[in-house]
This record gives sequence, C-alpha cells and structure tokens, in this order.
Amino acid sequence: MMPDDSPSECDQLVVTDNLTRLRRFTPARIALGRAGSGQLTATGLQFMLDHARARDAVHAALDFEAIGQSLRERDWSVVHVQSAAGDRAEYLRRPDLGRRLSSSGRLAIDGQLHGNDVAIVAADGLSALAVETNLLPVLDHLRPLLLAHSLTIGSLVLVEQGRVAIGDEIGQLLGAKLVVVLIGERPGLSAADSLGAYITWRPRGGAMDSTRNCISNIRPAGLPPEDAATQIVGVIELAFKHAKTGVQLNDLRGTEAILLGGPRG
Amino acid sequence: MRAQDLIVVAAKCSVITAFRNTIGLAGRLSTRLQPNHPTDDSRGIAASLLDGLLFGVGDAVIGVNPATDGVQDYVRIVTLLDNVRERLDVPTQTCCLGHVTTAIQAINLGAPVDLVFQSIAGSEKANRGFGISLSVLTEAHDAALSLGRGTLGRNVMYLETGQGSALSAEAHFGIDQQTMEARAYAVARRFKPLLINTVVGFIGPEYLYDGKEITRAGLEDHFCGKLLGVPMGCDVCYTNHAQADQDDMDALLTLLSAAGVTFVIAVPGADDVMLNYQSLAFHDILYVRQTLGRRCAPEFEDWLKRMGLADADGRLLEKAASGAIGSAIALIETMEA
Repeated sequence: MMPDDSPSECDQLVVTDNLTRLRRFTPARIALGRAGSGQLTATGLQFMLDHARARDAVHAALDFEAIGQSLRERDWSVVHVQSAAGDRAEYLRRPDLGRRLSSSGRLAIDGQLHGNDVAIVAADGLSALAVETNLLPVLDHLRPLLLAHSLTIGSLVLVEQGRVAIGDEIGQLLGAKLVVVLIGERPGLSAADSLGAYITWRPRGGAMDSTRNCISNIRPAGLPPEDAATQIVGVIELAFKHAKTGVQLNDLRGTEAILLGGPRG
Repeated sequence: MRAQDLIVVAAKCSVITAFRNTIGLAGRLSTRLQPNHPTDDSRGIAASLLDGLLFGVGDAVIGVNPATDGVQDYVRIVTLLDNVRERLDVPTQTCCLGHVTTAIQAINLGAPVDLVFQSIAGSEKANRGFGISLSVLTEAHDAALSLGRGTLGRNVMYLETGQGSALSAEAHFGIDQQTMEARAYAVARRFKPLLINTVVGFIGPEYLYDGKEITRAGLEDHFCGKLLGVPMGCDVCYTNHAQADQDDMDALLTLLSAAGVTFVIAVPGADDVMLNYQSLAFHDILYVRQTLGRRCAPEFEDWLKRMGLADADGRLLEKAASGAIGSAIALIETMEA
C-alpha cells in the first residue's frame, strides 16, 4: 500500500449525494453514490449476492406434501397434479408444457366434482418461496369472502411445474365459471416471495392473456395477503356481474372507480 | 449476418424524432428513466426519478410501469410526473406505461398525457392478446395529438416489443420469433413513435435462453428497427430465471452504443423493484458516455448545464449544485403517498 493511500484519500474518489433521506420512500437502490462513473465495490458485491439468492429461489423445489397437509388440516380437499413439464429445466425451456396437464394430472382432475362457481389453482411457478409464504394466508381470507358471496368452491388444485394458463385447462375440466390461479412470481433481487393471482372468466384452453385480471406482488412487505384476498374477491364480484374478465372488465372498472372516487392527487 | 454486420448497418441509419427535445441525432444516446415502485407510491416514484436526473438520465422519457392497471392510478402517476417535470423545468417527456385504453380514458378525463404507451406485436392475433388493434392505436394516437403538448415535435407514441411475444401467445403462425418481431416494427412505423424499444431479455429463457441469445437478439432487433425507420431503443435486461448477468448487460450496452442505439433504459442500481428484473443502472449510462463519448439530447444537455449538474462539455460534475434539487427533495417529502 502506498503511504498516502489513506482512507480519507479514497473517500474523495467517492461521490455521495444528498438523497439518502429519500430512501425511506422506496426499496429501490437509490442514493448509491459513485466512484468515477462506477458503483462502489460494496454496492456491486451486494448486487451479486442478491442475484445469487434470486437464482436459488427460481430453482428451489416446493414441498407439495407439506403444503397439501396444511391445506387438509384447514379442511380443504386437495388434488396434487403435475404439468406436462417433467422437471425444472424442461419447465424453463418449454412454456407450452407448463401450460398443459400431464396425462395423470388430467385423470386426477377428471375425478373431481364438476360445476362449481370458482376453481382455485395454486402453482409453484417461478418461486416456491412465494407459495410457501403466502398461499395459506391468502386462502384463509379468500374462502370466507367467497362463501359470503354464496359462491361454491371445489377442490383446491396444487400444480407442480405450472404456468398461469394451466388454470384454463383445469377450470374447463372442472366446469367452473371462473378460475383463480395463485402462482409464484419470478423472483426479483429485492423480493423473491411475490405471489400473483390471475382471474379468468369461463376458463378454456387457448384463452388470451388480455382476458385475465392480475393482482400482483402479494407478500407481507408488498400487497398483504388479506388485502389481496379482498381485491381478488372484488374482481370476482365484478366478473360475475358482467360475465367477463380482462381488459374489457378493466374498462368497466375504470369507469366505475372514477364515478365513485375521482382521481387522487 | 454476424454481430458486426448488424452493427455497421444500423450505425449508418438515422431516425430523428421530437416532442420536447430531439431524439436520435448523430453521436447521441438517450435514456429512459424508469422510476418504478412496487405499489406506485408517489414519493417512492419521485425519489427514484430524482436519483436518475442527478445521473443525467431521462432525456428519452421518464416512464413509470404502473403496478395496477386502473385509470385512477394512471391519472395520479402522469400528474405526479408532470408536476416534477414542470417544477424542475426538464426538457423531456413523461409517460405512464398503462394499457392504451386506460390512456384514452385518462386523456378524456383531462390528464396531462405526453406520450401514449403500448406493447405491440407482429400479428393481429398477438395484438389481440395485448387487447389492442390498429384502430385502437389510431384512436390513442389521435387523442394524444389532440392535446398538443409537444413543443418541438409531434411524435406522441411510445411502443414496446420483444422477440417471443407472438410465440408466447401462440399467435406466430409457425413463423420464427425474429421475423415476427420485425413485423411489429411495421405496426409501429404507422404511428410515428417518439420511441420504440425491444425489452430484449425480459421475456425469459423460454424464448432467449442465455446472455448470448439476449445479446444476439438485441442487435437483431435494433438492426431491423433502424432499417424499417423507427427510433429503435433497447431495454438491455434479463430476468432471474435466465442464464445471464450484469457482465452480459455491459457487453450488450457497449455493442448497441457502437450500433448507434436511439436509447436505453436505466433504473436505480439496475434492480427494478416493481417488475422484478434487472436492467441497466444509472451508473452504466455514465460508463457508456465516458467510454464511447455518446451524449444525451442537446436540449437535455443544456438543462443539465443550467442546473449545475454538468460542465460546459456536458460531462456530469462530481459535485452537483444543490439549489433546485434541494427544493425537489422538499417537494417529495411533503407529498402524499
């Protein structure tokens, strides 16, 4: 080390800014400072660690036995099925397989009670952690709300290596009027436990994404499960009223929201 | 064609557009500032916005991806962005990247909409999957033009594309994803966009498996866009389920800058906390300006100088003057969530 390479000399290379007090308003990586045009070493190392953790979350396997057990203890009837994707590597390469049931999965669904109002599907998606953390809290709030609206719910379908659109096939086989798919969202650097809820009216194979409504970022530090359940039921209520979901329902929702409240700020 | 062919041809194409500043001039590289927040918190959005401005980012557009798709939030977000832009007198444009039908509703409600955003694809069926048609885009284009908010030009659309969007909607009719992507630029051209970008690594490994495929696709998309005469930018990005990392982003940013890319996107620390993927950091913009000498839009560069953020050559100062930014911080702290 050069004698004059003291910490204070190094500090002069670092440009700090006065935005640190705005950090409380956002989880975003603001006010990082810089060294020349680059990031500080500590910033770069933290980023690499967070990236490694997010990659691990993508490849973590969900303990379906444990989740199924917890659900049965809560009086859910549970069906555990697999998509047509054999493993995680195939799941990542072949989205079409993650959207279809395996043949055994199809048989298992065929044996279920037909014709309920709402089918609920829970899939691992891209984050086992999201399902482990948030599925039960969402369902604990969702079920009483649905029952309060006199809506019937069939067995809960747990899907391994599933994508959102697998709910179309499941909902159709179950003859449900509407399907809710609760699925682990792609992990980010700052949140690896986000659950998404996708709501589709009259599920059938080949449904367009524009026919779904999505409630995203369901996690304790994002949209809390209880609030998510309330929002999901809000969409379901409108879906049954207007017999549709997706962009067309949003148009109606937008209008109603404005008539009720008017824009904020 | 090899990578260098895609670069050398694209670098010869010139596409210039304008709204409140001029995008696409020779030797320039513009940037979209993307101050997303997981719950669209106004103060959170404004905090990231200010962070980006201090890095000289945001001359292409200051654009927020909303967490929800309601018109109320859309109106709140564009109003917030417009307030901050006016307060700091920034010669740029703002955008909320909600659905085009939400934008039309917001315009009808009198919201300050600079640019109308929409994701588009290369087949009628895939566009139907996005909930749009050419006639809806025409309606939105006309609505945005009717506001007359541009001071230097009348390019009022901001469009996004990406290889794999048609395939993922099973709307590709057996055609390869790169051809389907080029078809999307033909859709774009009709609406004279201020900006269009491929979100190249966002769609995931199902369509672009790793850093090498993302890099190749980014160069292909930019090349095709420029040949078709659209102001082609790129979200240099990847998701956590793809085999890619920040080194791949450095490489693609460098290659695209050599190819004369119109603009790239940057977020605080490369981490988008709403969409959960990695793009470029504000620092990466400084890197490419320093290394390849690309400058921002001239009107925006003048503003950086006026604000005491850049020197006479347009280089970002080590120590920014705090005057106007200080008042912006105070503004944010008194905002409602």
